Amino acid sequence: MKDKHVKRVDLIFEKIECRDVLEKIIDMEPDAICQEILESDLKGRGGAGFPTGMKWRFGSQEESSIKYIVCNADEGEPGTFKDREILDQVPGKVFCGMAIAARAVGAKAGYVYLRGEYKFLIPKLNEELAKFHRTMDEFNQNFRIQVRLGSGAYICGEESALFESIEGKRGEPRNKPPYPTTSGLFGKPTIINNVETLVYTVMIMKYGASHFKELGTKDSRGSKVFSVSGDTPKAGIFELELGMSVNEFVEEFGDGDTKAVQVGGASGFCVPRKRFEETIIGFEGVPTGGSMKLFNSTRSMYNVLHNYLDFFTEESCGQCTPCRVGCQQLLKGVEAVKRGDKNSKYLDELVKLAKTMKRASKCGLGQSVGNAFGSIVENFKEEIIY
Amino acid sequence: MVSLSINGMLVKVPQGTTILDAAKKLNFRIPTLCQHDDLCVAGNCRVCVVEQLGGRSLLAACATPVSSGMQILTNSLKVRAARKHVIELLLSEHNADCTKCYKNGNCELQDLSNEFSVGDHLLLDLTETKEYTIDRFSPSIIKDDSKCIRCQRCVRTCEQLQGVNALTVAYKGEHQKISTFEELSMAEVICTNCGQCINRCPTGALVERTYLDEVWDAILDPEKHVVVQTAPAVRVGLGEELGFEPGERVTGKMVAALKRLGFDSVLDTDFSADLTIMEEGTELLTRLKRALVDKDPSVALPMTTSCSPGWIKFIEHTFPEYLPNVSTCKSPQQMFGALAKTYFAQVRKLDPKNIVSVSIMPCTAKKYEANRPEMRSSGYKDVDYVLTTRELAKMIKQAGVEFRKLKEDKYDSIMGKSTGAGVIFGATGGVMEAALRTAYEIITGREVPFEGLNITPVRGMEGVRLASIKIEECKEEWSFLNGVELKCAVAHGLVNARELMNRVKSGDLIVHFIEVMACPGGCLGGGGQPIPTNEKIRKKRTEAIYAEDMSMELRKSHENPEVIGIYKEFLGEPLSHKSHELLHTHYTERVRY
Amino acid sequence: METIIENELVRELANKHGRTRESLIPILQDLVVQYRFLSKKDMVDVARELDISAADVFGTATFYTFLDTEVRGKYIIRICKTISCAMKGKNEILSTIEDILKIKLGETSSDRKFSLLEANCIGWCHKAPAMLINDTPYTELTPEKVTEILREYIKIQ
Ligand SMILES: Cc1cc2nc3c(=O)[nH]c(=O)nc-3n(C[C@H](O)[C@H](O)[C@H](O)COP(=O)(O)O)c2cc1C
Ligand code: SF4
Ligand code: SF4
Ligand code: SF4
Ligand code: SF4
Ligand code: FES
Repeated sequence: MKDKHVKRVDLIFEKIECRDVLEKIIDMEPDAICQEILESDLKGRGGAGFPTGMKWRFGSQEESSIKYIVCNADEGEPGTFKDREILDQVPGKVFCGMAIAARAVGAKAGYVYLRGEYKFLIPKLNEELAKFHRTMDEFNQNFRIQVRLGSGAYICGEESALFESIEGKRGEPRNKPPYPTTSGLFGKPTIINNVETLVYTVMIMKYGASHFKELGTKDSRGSKVFSVSGDTPKAGIFELELGMSVNEFVEEFGDGDTKAVQVGGASGFCVPRKRFEETIIGFEGVPTGGSMKLFNSTRSMYNVLHNYLDFFTEESCGQCTPCRVGCQQLLKGVEAVKRGDKNSKYLDELVKLAKTMKRASKCGLGQSVGNAFGSIVENFKEEIIY
Repeated sequence: MVSLSINGMLVKVPQGTTILDAAKKLNFRIPTLCQHDDLCVAGNCRVCVVEQLGGRSLLAACATPVSSGMQILTNSLKVRAARKHVIELLLSEHNADCTKCYKNGNCELQDLSNEFSVGDHLLLDLTETKEYTIDRFSPSIIKDDSKCIRCQRCVRTCEQLQGVNALTVAYKGEHQKISTFEELSMAEVICTNCGQCINRCPTGALVERTYLDEVWDAILDPEKHVVVQTAPAVRVGLGEELGFEPGERVTGKMVAALKRLGFDSVLDTDFSADLTIMEEGTELLTRLKRALVDKDPSVALPMTTSCSPGWIKFIEHTFPEYLPNVSTCKSPQQMFGALAKTYFAQVRKLDPKNIVSVSIMPCTAKKYEANRPEMRSSGYKDVDYVLTTRELAKMIKQAGVEFRKLKEDKYDSIMGKSTGAGVIFGATGGVMEAALRTAYEIITGREVPFEGLNITPVRGMEGVRLASIKIEECKEEWSFLNGVELKCAVAHGLVNARELMNRVKSGDLIVHFIEVMACPGGCLGGGGQPIPTNEKIRKKRTEAIYAEDMSMELRKSHENPEVIGIYKEFLGEPLSHKSHELLHTHYTERVRY
Repeated sequence: METIIENELVRELANKHGRTRESLIPILQDLVVQYRFLSKKDMVDVARELDISAADVFGTATFYTFLDTEVRGKYIIRICKTISCAMKGKNEILSTIEDILKIKLGETSSDRKFSLLEANCIGWCHKAPAMLINDTPYTELTPEKVTEILREYIKIQ
């Protein structure tokens, strides 16, 4: 463990000249780009944490004259709002990251899938995009990006659902395999990355993989942008070095009365006070797409859980049984326990059900409902029952 | 080849094989619900989950291709727990009143809940808060959302096999459901009533509208003379519902059973199929003559067949500009119906008012067809009730008739005699083949130049098939056809019909005569046939149809003595005034979207 | 032949976005910008332009919360109901709005000027409670602030 507290970082929002980075990567061999990203150990910042270099290498190895780069700006996870800020502050860097990915895998077209709730960003993005395309022209590059808007469906942040949505269909996740690098948007090899991931690739190409790796831990290299909200005097967006414990985090952001932190949004885990010390925020501990929500002792964890379950019950795409019906059962189940219609033993049944949802659901949504459910029920059972 | 182990046993399968199929090879059955052999993979019910050793989550066996070295368990503790949960979850959303359900006894969900003994499941009953609706407005189909497990088989059927897309998945999350446009009734949308979705629905959510009670009432009413006609495909399907293997012909037993059930006259749609050939063949030749000799530009060619009511409704919605191309002949069912209350009544000295005309069909669209307002040319409803093959099987069971032990019997007369040409109406390409057998002979005086009269190029399971036949040495009056190459196209399954019509429309395909059957395989794969269905079963039924054809004494419609008789005694000649009145119809343009 | 009453806007949007399946959602989104919801007729006309079934249009639209198929007002208010906003007084904001507009959650005012709906997390948790009016976010709401905001909207004719 490092002997330091929460460390602020300024990479993502650093104002840089993207042209320089673009000029540099255009002269690089595609494989050298993949190699640099691979060496940085950068893991995806959208939640799942897949090594970005590996993803790009897979994409580059596919034989196809058409490939796509997709920037996932659907940011629907409750408690996450950093991508909005990134797109607002440094949109050019996001497009630059897409261009790097395009160079790495040989793609000519890119899409930004922006959640409908962020439509107000469109004028700014279009302006910046026009600039970007002019730069691409100057460099004789034919990579082009279009922005697509979501229309209010959390599940469209899931990569294959997002493809379905761009293709004009219901955002229902697909079976995997095949994975996007083999068959993604319009059935073509596709690299999909989170907004923040793409910006980090820019900084890695600018400063080098080793610079990026100086921060963080073995499993979680570098820094990450956190969206901090809930019972905190410092709500907002913070870029922090990875590898801190929840305790360190709470010391910095808590209001002195923090009883639990929900790490990773509704699909993440609830860490109770007694585990603050031992829990590392990162891929070795609790992974997060950036959402950090603090709850103090005035909050009812039943309400928190109920709110999350209500969210999932509505936002599940509804196609697979464990998730569609499981969410309703969990929601109605905790209500029944709270009302006293079911005794506390029923919670154990629900925990088992949540396990099945985790194992048998078709996509990450249904598979992660059990995270919040399990960790809240385990740690705050009395609050659920009484 | 990929090798893997399933439950400890090694197996080698080609790359791309699913775990489900690999397990089948080792004789392990993995339960499924959303999977269907005729449809693309969905992977949404999750009842087929299996465990991969070392894997984090379970895998859907139907949707996951094997990979080398995989170690799969199909019945581990984790798998059993998950599967049971999945079934319990489905039941918690489900109005599981099996004893009152139409699908009781033939329901995949019921079978699974039985297999996994979920009798005392603990989960909450969610049906109370759901506002499920039952759509009973269609004369063909009942859609009961409270029985739906959202497997989407129906949606995939309507899209992938039929190209209609009348059904869709709507809303999301807890409100997700199977819906038509704006949740309208099936009767108000572009649904063709083909019933293919019914054939693939694993539960009681989509079923035919039954008229069993009405038919029993008629039979048991001494005042009524109940006439029944049986379509060609019924005799090669009915057995499946009554303990026979697919592909067994049960014509004689079926006739015997119908008599035991109390039908007063047991007659054959094959007779009116032969009659259809006379009318439709003559119509085609007339159109050709008008086009080739009279150079009449208003003649609509290619001419398409009209025996499939699903196809009729489809073209009314989708290609209304081609309605003049559709043969004006009624389907054999409706020709039969119109004659039952006229010609038959006259010959048998019955008051048509007391005749109840029932048809046994492999088809749900026929129920709709019989209810069309134009189908009253006898002055009464020409066909009163249409029952599916499945409903007939149910009647036989209800009446306690031991079907297996029945002695074969023969159809009554008149309107009970048929030829092999009438029989093959039940298979895709059959109408075309029957028409060619007759038309070629009318034109040239010779039999079609195919061994054993079997026009194999129009047979088969390919979605669209093209064939041509060169016409030479014509009889005097048909000499204008000398040297003409008669070009034909056959399509089955409406998705193929759509493709064919688009090719015709674009000018990319020029043909004279088109046969379309709405259902995959033709009527033998109809929406009223026994469930389950798949290509293997349909092939068996097809073989049975052609075997039945070969077994017939007469193979050509124009040789049917009863057909010859009816023209002599009643109709005059094909396309006569009387024929037009009773045997021909017109079509209605409908909205496309 | 079926008489088709031309739908200029739908035609225009199809010209703009294209007539492939991929164009469906952008067309529906623009229709919503224009009318705030998708009427039955518009959905049928879109189906015709793209040559897909109307059921497909309906099924796709109903998947997306913002592609409403029910009549909505000129200004759609969506109050975030997810946890941060719920913790920071969303209910109070909601009842304030209900009082001002004299409509309940889920309703549209009789002059079809306002609809009042809830939304799942709209991405402003650090400035909770938050809401959208059409595309514009409003954050750190208090009953006073929301009263002020609505007063401005009510003024617009
Ligand atoms: C239900 C669900 C919602 C998701 N939402 C988002 C999202 O809003 N933004 C995002 O970047 N990734 C989201 N993801 C993860 C994506 O599927 C995908 O893994 C990610 O975009 C890959 O980018 P990365 O490797 O850069 O993280 C979501 C996943 C699931 C299962
Ligand atoms: S897990 Fe939920 S969101 Fe994912 S496919 Fe299944 S129903 Fe849809
Ligand atoms: S659909 Fe099946 S399980 Fe449901 S009530 Fe009918 S028979 Fe029973
Ligand atoms: S009956 Fe045929 S056309 Fe109608 S919904 Fe079912 S499959 Fe589609
Ligand atoms: S109606 Fe039948 S086939 Fe369609 S989704 Fe429901 S259960 Fe499946
Ligand atoms: S049969 Fe495999 S998921 Fe339904």
